[in-house]
Amino acid sequence: MSIAVRNVTKTFAQFKALDDVSVDIPTGSLTALLGPSGSGKSTLLRVIAGLDTADSGTVQIEDRDATNLPPQRREVGFVFQHYAPFKHMTVYDNVAFGLRVRKAGKAETKAKVDQLLELVHLEKFQTRYPAQLSGGQRQRMALARALAVEPRVLLLDEPFGALDAQVRKELRAWLRRLHDEMHVTTVIVTHDQEEAMEVADEIVVLQDGRVQQVGHPHEVYEHPANDWVMGFLGPVTHFGDLLVRPHDLDLAHEPSDDAMPATIVRVTRLGFQTRVDLDADGEPIYAQLAREATDRLTLDPGTQVHVRHARGEALPPSAPDSVPAAVEEPLAAEAQSGRAQVR
Amino acid sequence: MADSDGVVAVRGNRRPVARYGLRVVALGYLLVLLAAPVAMVFYRAFQHGVGPIWSALTTSEARSAIEVTLIVAVAAVVLNTVFGVGAALLLVRRRFPGRHLLDVLVDIPQAVSPIVVGLALILVYGKFGFFGSWLERNGLKLIFSLPGMVLATAFVSLPLVVRSVAPVLAELGDEQEQAARTLGASSWQTFRRITLPSIRDALAYGVVLSLARSLGEYGAVTVVSGHVVGKTLTLTLFIDERLQNFDQPAAYSAAVLLAIIAMGSLLISRRLRSRSRSAA
Repeated sequence: MSIAVRNVTKTFAQFKALDDVSVDIPTGSLTALLGPSGSGKSTLLRVIAGLDTADSGTVQIEDRDATNLPPQRREVGFVFQHYAPFKHMTVYDNVAFGLRVRKAGKAETKAKVDQLLELVHLEKFQTRYPAQLSGGQRQRMALARALAVEPRVLLLDEPFGALDAQVRKELRAWLRRLHDEMHVTTVIVTHDQEEAMEVADEIVVLQDGRVQQVGHPHEVYEHPANDWVMGFLGPVTHFGDLLVRPHDLDLAHEPSDDAMPATIVRVTRLGFQTRVDLDADGEPIYAQLAREATDRLTLDPGTQVHVRHARGEALPPSAPDSVPAAVEEPLAAEAQSGRAQVR
Repeated sequence: MADSDGVVAVRGNRRPVARYGLRVVALGYLLVLLAAPVAMVFYRAFQHGVGPIWSALTTSEARSAIEVTLIVAVAAVVLNTVFGVGAALLLVRRRFPGRHLLDVLVDIPQAVSPIVVGLALILVYGKFGFFGSWLERNGLKLIFSLPGMVLATAFVSLPLVVRSVAPVLAELGDEQEQAARTLGASSWQTFRRITLPSIRDALAYGVVLSLARSLGEYGAVTVVSGHVVGKTLTLTLFIDERLQNFDQPAAYSAAVLLAIIAMGSLLISRRLRSRSRSAA
């Protein structure tokens, strides 16, 4: 294990940010701490970095007890949400900072900084000041600065939170590639489930300062530990008493044993998928259909249809080996939502 | 529309009176209170050319006053720079019991009359004060000598560095400092490489302000100096002493010197202030 957090509790005034949290982060993995705001995910990251100290519990980094180590001796790289660039220094000096405080040689420093600036595509910007960079460039500079000291673990606090959607997507893919090249153990804090599922090998879901579930992205998506996790990780709707994914609902004109009747209320076409709002015996539910299903069916408001749950399995989840082959696909949310089938 | 036209018309009629009236009052006030007296001092000093000023400022008493002023002011400024940055860091970065009390205490020198400061120092550090008697027995005389004057001056100019630096520190936030720590910097390295460069302009502004305040201080030092001519007279005390002895040319010359130094530091501080603002 690269990072082992044991029974960590942290209280701010009256607010319990972390409540007996234990997490293991495997060496070389990219792990996402996922949760809504106030779930304690950033606090957990700061406790690992030593920027906050836990009230109780221990933190081990690379088999060394780091609980009482100050941040400068933990050998972690930390990237802040707003990057925390050293405003009075150039890009080059920012990246070189960690090497200089370690009294590294001039030639060694220059070689390392040049290499990192190339890695983050900022070699042409090394004499600029942070104020002269775009958000994405500042983010990459912060990453290079953190990597310069060759940290044992890299900690990223909502690294893409302050960027616009397009840049966020690009940087996300780039971070994943970077991680595959460098294999430095990485922990990323995010409130965005799509982001977590896209970049992470493993997701730790947090709520109210407690760990709700730990697992591979598809595990937590397909087999959420409870209704809250299911609702947080993706869209949900009701099927009778069950909480289900709207793209797991099938519609048909003919009745069948496991189907229940419903009336179409509204049809919204969203490009490659269609959202169908239904009235199932007074309860509003909705299904998300792929384009071919939409084309095959007559979807007019007021029409009576029969709804069945395509996965045919109830919560709590069954064993992973019963997961249908179709869901073992890439796990971006867009891919997920196009999967509904109609027979 | 008639209503709004009416409003515009009324405003239009009132405007010239209000505008020029206000200017006359403001400028007249400044002239009577500020410009005329200062101009008079300059006029009286330069009445007979530069020669008399030069000779008045090069007497051994005047030279000693200049020297004492510089020693006292520089020592007080150095003390307040170190203490001021420390106190600002403590007030902005730390949460501890008594922080609000410290916050209030820092402003006391600005509220209390300097002469009260001088008296208080005598009570504590004077020959019969509870610290002073102990110090005297150990061969250290604070009151009626330079160390006491440094203390009095430092006391009076104490808030200036703190109050210039603290808001800039607060606005800066501590993320850059935290980033430096995670990159392996010690507390001292973080302070020297991150905090200090970020507050540099604000600190310089505070230093210039306290230097100006220290050079011109009269009330607190007059109580603790003892008025030993040629030994414990600062320029302000020297001016007073010369006036008492009807040596007006010397008094005006020294006054002009002080005024020039004060205006110079005002110009510098103006420039530094705009720089520290544009940097923030």
